[in-house]
Amino acid sequence: MGSYNWNWPILLKSPYFGWIVSGFEYTCLIAVLAWLIAFPLGSAIGIARSVDNRFARAVGTFYVDIFRNIPLLVQMFLWYFVVPELLPHDLGRWVKRDMPYPQLTTAIFCLGLYTASRVAEQVRSGLGAIGEGQRYAGMAMGLTGFQVYRYVLLPVAYRIIIPPLTSEFLGVFKNSSLALTIGVLELTSQARQIEEYTFASFEAFTVATVLYCAVTLLVILLMRVIEGRTRIPGTITVGG
Amino acid sequence: MLGNFDYSVILRSLPFIWGGMVLTLQLTALAVTGGLLLGVVIALLRLSPLKPVSWLAAFYVNFLRSMPLILVIFWFYTLVPKLIGSSISGFNSVLLAFVMFEAAYYSEIIRAGISSVRRGQISAAMALGLTKLQSMRYVVLPQAIRNMIPVLLTQSIIMLQDTSLVYVVGLRDFLTTADVVASRDNRPIELYGMVAIVFLVVCFSMSRLVGLLRRRYAL
Repeated sequence: MGSYNWNWPILLKSPYFGWIVSGFEYTCLIAVLAWLIAFPLGSAIGIARSVDNRFARAVGTFYVDIFRNIPLLVQMFLWYFVVPELLPHDLGRWVKRDMPYPQLTTAIFCLGLYTASRVAEQVRSGLGAIGEGQRYAGMAMGLTGFQVYRYVLLPVAYRIIIPPLTSEFLGVFKNSSLALTIGVLELTSQARQIEEYTFASFEAFTVATVLYCAVTLLVILLMRVIEGRTRIPGTITVGG
Repeated sequence: MLGNFDYSVILRSLPFIWGGMVLTLQLTALAVTGGLLLGVVIALLRLSPLKPVSWLAAFYVNFLRSMPLILVIFWFYTLVPKLIGSSISGFNSVLLAFVMFEAAYYSEIIRAGISSVRRGQISAAMALGLTKLQSMRYVVLPQAIRNMIPVLLTQSIIMLQDTSLVYVVGLRDFLTTADVVASRDNRPIELYGMVAIVFLVVCFSMSRLVGLLRRRYAL
């Protein structure tokens, strides 16, 4: 690297600084909104895979198998290029062009549905780790099926899976970079764009890397605090 | 809609797309091999009793695991040629990115596998008069490897899917060749649909095989 011209100050100049900020905002926005889809949907699917009803289990298994066995990038292309063509003409046109922020919305939706399949697996394994005794005890006390989940199983299951759920959230945060393939200007794509405009590739990629690492560190620390606060007294941490 | 679904587009471009498939398979095979080798080394460093060594390995793993793979690919694709001269091909730069990236994930699986063997087992081996190396070779590793192989295979299936990300630097893999044909012939449904189905069939069957293996050889 002897002949490399270092140029850190360029990152603070207009418009590059603004690009980094807006890219970072998009990355966070995609991650948070996709998680708001993934968490409830994934929980519902994970629960569906743990109930007695065979139909519900089959639907849950089918969902997980489909979404986990197609590369996320291919899913992104399917949602963006293929699905609008398969919809009735007007609706397809709306999805592709007229809905607000078509690329961004598609990316959030795609990431949310994909991550839901991963959350579902974690929720299912959390429920599986509890053991049948708790379920039977709840039923013996006269709780309905809904109540058993609401008051007995889920409060424990979610505590058990805090560490893997944290990595799933970090996964969606990192995977938001795939949105660049359909033209969303998130953090990685802004770094790439700065590199193309200024040839300061090392500097541009370093900024992006530092931001990704900082958020990861912050989320891990935050979740550790939450894990400590929500621990059931008298238990050691299970799973992990 | 599906009424004018045109299979012949796929058939006509089959040799071209097959070339992409070969690249995908090569990249996966080489990255899995390289990633495993480097992963073993990092896992051993991480289990080292020397604190600075184990911290360094932990830093490597945590650092790479907090980065998106796309960014890692961009890093290597742009910077490796700058560092060692432009004679290195795009394929090799990207391969290096995958090896370094996957090694972080593999090493965690290997470390977890080794740590999953209970301490008592090592004490028992020592009590029987085995040396440290012998207890590793005959007691710990046979159990650890059984525990980690299904997880390593699952990670390799994920890695096969992840190779599609080389699309971002325009390397002609399976997805990228299909993408080239899709835009050339304006047939996105057929081409992307085919890619999705091929991945789905391959990865689904492989995951089911891993599941079988897990049940069969579980301790």
